[in-house]
Amino acid sequence: MAEMSMVEALNLALANAMAEDKTVLVLGEDVGRNGGVFRVTDGLIDRFGPERVRDTPLAEAMIAGISVGLAAQHMRPVAEIQFMGFLYPVIDQLVNHASRLRTRTRGRLTCPMVLRAPYGGGIHAPEHHSESMEAMLTHIPGLRVVIPSSPARAYGLLLAAIRDPDPVVFLEPKRLYRAPREEVADSGDALPLDQPFILREGADMTLVTWGAMVKETLEAAECLGTAGTECTVIDVATLKPLEMTPIMGSVGRTGRCVIVHEAPLTGGFGGEIAARLADQGLLSLAAPVTRVAGYDTVMPLPRLEEHYMPSTDRILAAAERVMSYA
Amino acid sequence: MAVRTDPSATKTGRTHAILRYLRPNGTAIGGLPGFAENRQEIVALYRLMVLTRSFDEQAIALQRTGRLGTYASSLGQEAVAVGAAAAMRPDDILLPTFREHGAQIARGVTLTELFLYWGGDERGSDFAGPREDFPVNIPVASHIPHAVGAALAFKMRHEDRAALCIFGDGATSKGDFYEALNVAGVWQVPCVFVVNNNQWAISVPRAMQTHADTLASKGIAAGIDGVQVDGNDVIAVCDVITEALDTARQDHEPSLIEALTYRLGDHTTVDDASRYRNDADVARHWRDEPIARVRAFLTAEHNWSKDDEEELLKAVRQEVDAAVAAYLATAAQEPVAMFDHLHGSLPLALASQHALVTGREGGDG
Repeated sequence: MAEMSMVEALNLALANAMAEDKTVLVLGEDVGRNGGVFRVTDGLIDRFGPERVRDTPLAEAMIAGISVGLAAQHMRPVAEIQFMGFLYPVIDQLVNHASRLRTRTRGRLTCPMVLRAPYGGGIHAPEHHSESMEAMLTHIPGLRVVIPSSPARAYGLLLAAIRDPDPVVFLEPKRLYRAPREEVADSGDALPLDQPFILREGADMTLVTWGAMVKETLEAAECLGTAGTECTVIDVATLKPLEMTPIMGSVGRTGRCVIVHEAPLTGGFGGEIAARLADQGLLSLAAPVTRVAGYDTVMPLPRLEEHYMPSTDRILAAAERVMSYA
Repeated sequence: MAVRTDPSATKTGRTHAILRYLRPNGTAIGGLPGFAENRQEIVALYRLMVLTRSFDEQAIALQRTGRLGTYASSLGQEAVAVGAAAAMRPDDILLPTFREHGAQIARGVTLTELFLYWGGDERGSDFAGPREDFPVNIPVASHIPHAVGAALAFKMRHEDRAALCIFGDGATSKGDFYEALNVAGVWQVPCVFVVNNNQWAISVPRAMQTHADTLASKGIAAGIDGVQVDGNDVIAVCDVITEALDTARQDHEPSLIEALTYRLGDHTTVDDASRYRNDADVARHWRDEPIARVRAFLTAEHNWSKDDEEELLKAVRQEVDAAVAAYLATAAQEPVAMFDHLHGSLPLALASQHALVTGREGGDG
């Protein structure tokens, strides 16, 4: 076991998958000699060669489109979209092809591709480099949307995504790319898709989140614990398909839930979780389900970025309001 | 091999030659490729074109009587589709659009499967024959990069195969087309791009799509050879695409073929082309239509007789009628089929929705 960052853990998972399965190939802009702009694919070209670690021309829809063709031909492409802000031309390929090839051919052709993209704010990146638009992707039937929140989960979930027989969009919270670091074993063990992770257990309140907001949510839980309110913290991890059982079970015990996400409030994925809780868990609720989310504004440029990002204080304020219901 | 005729000066001063072997009246312009000497091969192409047109007529008739969904006719473009597919080997793959029924038929997709697809049943894309061919592509040009990806897989595995992608003239205005051609050029993959230039993208004529002299010239920016062929001459189409596929397989060189033809029918059964083009223009293009041309050639060069013709028409009619009957006798899938192939296995998270459809559980919520 070695202590490493999420970038290093992702790199390790890619190398493991490529060594294990020769149909796995990595493609995207600058993924070859440059090792990716965040260095996730660093060194892979030396180990696996330029055929399998393939720099593409600069055209995102094409990257996704050729991945569909490769996947239909029994390859397992892992494509990188350099930033989520450049992913939007790819949505045509995701909605019209990747997610439905299996359905429309009754299983004759399949699409085992992974589309990786760094996403989210908090690193003072330029315009168009900081949005969290995961909810748009969760609306696409047949597509899995997976977001890791630690180096070890990044390793295990990326392996799972590559081995999955269907298309997976794998969004990497770039605020967590370099820190925190943690021990990751190169075990080749995948983590389950479709299963939220319970990061902390407490009987008083359930905090549900994913991606980089796991950091602030755990901080808030720590703070609340010190003040005598014990929280369960759940990292949803696989947003689509959404497995609600652990969330429902926890809220059934605590009766209180705060959902935290960086993405804008309206149409955000927190709304889906809240609706499910209202539908199936209403009678166990002791307080309204509350969301702490990004504002419905355009993601500001770096000077105002910290005011956009949901803060630990905002989570604490929401928790206080939820706890105020007797 | 190529007999290139009709060089025409263009506004840029360059000249282009369109590959053509047969005049509209079916007479040969010059030397013919070897396969044209083989009666059986030409009869096979002719039969596929007649079958395609007969399928087309039946599909429209079924749609008009409420037994088929919206349908895109391939009337007048049979030589492009049939010629392209006939040039392929069985283990090449076809990536067609919604107007290339003839190519699918020539590849071994059954008429019943085609009726099922156009009748609104996913099983129509689960071809028993060409198992690795792509299903019909609807969002224009979005399948062109798939061909490059599949061709890259062939190249990486050192397989002697090629991908053939067909699309319309309108598709050449889209980014997907340029992006796919560009990367095919960079990576030198075994891929042949075929434009069915039928002069119309619904109501928008070819001249309003691009200021380029030819669509074939759009290969230049990608470093890919572009060739124009008379798309109403099935011998020319088959010949040029056979050569392009050979080059693709052997040398991993992609190419772009622009087949010039004309959409004699409406865009689809919900279109009315009389809103945007006049009958006289269409009538003029009927003189160039591809089936009469190859029939005239067969009659003059291969002793195609009235009896041969009647026998073929009868056999084609029987084949289409049998497919219509098989299609109409096929019951719809069970509603739960919506979930059957959504993922490799049904995610736990979808179990309750699945149960709702199978009726094993109560109502929503």
